[in-house]
Amino acid sequence: MTMSERETRTADEPDILAELQAEVARDLAEERPPAGGPAYQVVSALVVLVLGLGAAYLSYGYGLGSLRRPGPGLWPFAVSLLIVVLAVMLLVVGRTLDDAEKFTRASLLVLAGGATFVVFALLLPTIGFEVPALLLGIVWLRFLGGETWRSTIVISIATTAAFYLLFLYGLKIPLPHLLAF
Amino acid sequence: MDWNAFLDGFVVVTQPTNLLYCLIGVMIGMLIGVLPGLGPAATMAILLPIAYNANDPVSAIIMLAGIYYGAQYGGTITSVLLRIPGEASSVVTVFDGFALAKQGKAGTALGIAAIGSFFGATVSIIGLTLLGPIVASYALDFGPPEYAALALLGVLLVATVGNGNTIKALVAASVGLLLATVGSDSFTSANRFTFDSLQLQSGIDFVVVAMGLFGVGEILYNLEERHGKPHVPAAIANIWPSRKDLRQASPAIGRGSFIGFFLGVLPGGGAVMASLAAYAAEKRVAKDPSRFGRGAIEGVAGPESANNAAATSSFIPLLTIGIPANASMAMLFAALLVVGVTPGPQLIEERPDLFWGVINSMYIGNLILLVLSIPLVGIFVKILRVRPAILAPITALITILGVYTINNSVFDIFVMIAFGIIGYLMKKTGFEPGPMVLAFVLGSLMESSFRRSMLIFDGDPSGFVTRPISGAIIAFIVLVIALPLVKMAFRRRTPVTPTSEPIGSDDSDQEAGVR
Repeated sequence: MTMSERETRTADEPDILAELQAEVARDLAEERPPAGGPAYQVVSALVVLVLGLGAAYLSYGYGLGSLRRPGPGLWPFAVSLLIVVLAVMLLVVGRTLDDAEKFTRASLLVLAGGATFVVFALLLPTIGFEVPALLLGIVWLRFLGGETWRSTIVISIATTAAFYLLFLYGLKIPLPHLLAF
Repeated sequence: MDWNAFLDGFVVVTQPTNLLYCLIGVMIGMLIGVLPGLGPAATMAILLPIAYNANDPVSAIIMLAGIYYGAQYGGTITSVLLRIPGEASSVVTVFDGFALAKQGKAGTALGIAAIGSFFGATVSIIGLTLLGPIVASYALDFGPPEYAALALLGVLLVATVGNGNTIKALVAASVGLLLATVGSDSFTSANRFTFDSLQLQSGIDFVVVAMGLFGVGEILYNLEERHGKPHVPAAIANIWPSRKDLRQASPAIGRGSFIGFFLGVLPGGGAVMASLAAYAAEKRVAKDPSRFGRGAIEGVAGPESANNAAATSSFIPLLTIGIPANASMAMLFAALLVVGVTPGPQLIEERPDLFWGVINSMYIGNLILLVLSIPLVGIFVKILRVRPAILAPITALITILGVYTINNSVFDIFVMIAFGIIGYLMKKTGFEPGPMVLAFVLGSLMESSFRRSMLIFDGDPSGFVTRPISGAIIAFIVLVIALPLVKMAFRRRTPVTPTSEPIGSDDSDQEAGVR
C-alpha cells in the first residue's frame, strides 16, 4: 500500500462512520415523539444544578479533611462540584439541544402505570400478591394496552396463576399470599 | 495456562442444572433481542434477583451472561425482517439485511448472520480463554491508584463513547458516583446523605437502583411509546445460505470478528461501536461500495460477526480486572457481588469454577444459539406477532415481585419505583441511564481506591502520574478528554474554508493517529 492510499483510507473512516450514525439517527427519529423545546433543557439543567449545590453543601458539612487524611465529605464534595460545573455548562451550551421528548397525552399512561406500581406495593404486605397482581394485569391490559375484556381476563388470571406456581412452588420463595393450599 | 482448571470448567458447565440455566439464559436473550423494547441490560437488571435465589451462584451468572450474548443473535431477526433493530448493536444490519429481505433473501441474510455470529463469538471466546489468565496475572499487581484510575477511565469512556450528549452522559455518571456515597462511610462510619433514615444507612442497594433505572424506567417509557400494532414480518424461505453466499461472506466474517474482539475489550466500545466499525470496514475494502445498502451480504456478515465478538470480549475487563466495560457488564458485576464474589484478578485463582464455568458456558451457549437461530427461526418470527401490550404487565410483575424477594422489603419496591420514575424522566430529557448505573456500581470502588491512594501517597496526588501503570491510564484519560476538544476546535475552523480538503484530512489523520 502506498502512502497516499493509506492516507485517503484513514481520512475516509470517520466520514463513513459519521454518515452511518446520522442515517441511523434519522431512522430512529421517525418513530420518536416531537422534541421538547429549550424549556425542557433549561429545567433539567436547573434540576441538576440544584442537586449539585445541595450535595456540595451537605458534603461540606460532613468534613472535607485534607488530601493527606481525606474526610468523609471530600469525595462527595468533589463529585458535587463536578455536577455543578457540568450543570452550568449545560445551561450555557445545552439550550438548543433537541434530545428531549415532549410530554404528550400518552405520558398520562406512564403516570397511570407508575400509580399501579405504588398501589401494588401498598397492598402487597396487607392482602398478599394475588389480588394486586390481577388488578395490575387488568389495568395494564384493558386500560393502558387497549386489549379486549376477554383477553384481559384470561391473561390476567393465567399470569397470576403462573406466578403463584412459579414463586411459591417452583422457586419456593415465600411471597405474601392470600390463598394457601 | 492452567489446562486442568479450564477442563474442570467444562465439567461445571455440563452439569444438568447449569446446562439448563445456560439454555434458559440464551433463550431469554434471544427473545428479548427479537422483541424491541427491553434491552439486554434492562432484562439482566430485572432478573438480578435470581442471583439471590439460585441454589448455585455459578448457574445464575451463566444464565445472566447468556442473556447478554443471546440478545445479540435475536436482534438480527427484527433488523432483517422488519427493518427495526431489536438491539442497538444490530442497527447497521438493517441496511443490507432488510434490502436482502426485500429481494426474497431474508433466509440467506439470517443464515449468514447466525453463522457469522457464531464464528465471531467463538473466536472471541478463544481469545478470552487464552488472554484472560494473562491479563489477570498482570492485574494482580494493581494497587489502589491503578484501580482508581481504571474505574475513572471506565466511567469516562462509557459516558463519552455512548450515544447522546456527552455533557449529559457525564452528568448522569457523576450523579451515579454521588449515589454510591449514600450511607455509612466505610472509612469513618460517618453517615452521608442518609437524612436520618435507618434504611439508607447501609447505602442504596445497586440491584434495586438498576432494576428501577433500567427495568421500571424502560417499562414506563415503552408504555408511552407503544401505539402501533404488531408488525407482520415477511415470510422466509430457505435459511441455509448457499456455498456462493458463504464464500462471499467469509472474509467479512473474519474481519468482523477481529474488529469486534478488539473494540469489545475497550470500555465503552462494546457491540454497538464494533458493528458500526465493521460495516465501515466492509464498505471500505469492497470493490464496489455502492452495493452496500442494496443487499450486500458482507454488510450483514461483518457487523453481525463483530457485535457478537465484541459482546464476548467485553467479558475480559470484567472477569480479569473487575471493571465492567458497559451497562450489561455492570449488571453482571452486580450479580457477582450479590453472590459474594468480588470480580477482579484474584477471581481466576479463588473461584476457578466460576471463572472457567462462565467462560466455557459461552462455547456451549453459542452452539445452542446457532442451533436455535437456524432451524428454529420460524418460531422466533412467530413471537413477533405477540402484542407488546400483553408482555408489559408480565414484565412489570416480574420486576415488582423480583425486587421484593431480595430482602422481603416493601421499602425496596418504593425505592425501585422512585428510580424507575427518575429513569423515565432521564430518558425523556436526553440523559442516558447507562452511565449512571455503571458509575453507581463502580462508585464505592473508585472512592475507596482514591482515598487509599491518598493515604499511600501521603496526600500528594502526583503519585498517580509517577506510578507507571496508573500514569499510563491517566495519560489515556487525558487523551479521552482532550480528543473531543481538539475535534471541536477543528470543526469550528472548517466552515471558514468549506471546500479546502487539507484541513478536513488533517483533522481525521489526527483522530486516526490518536486512536
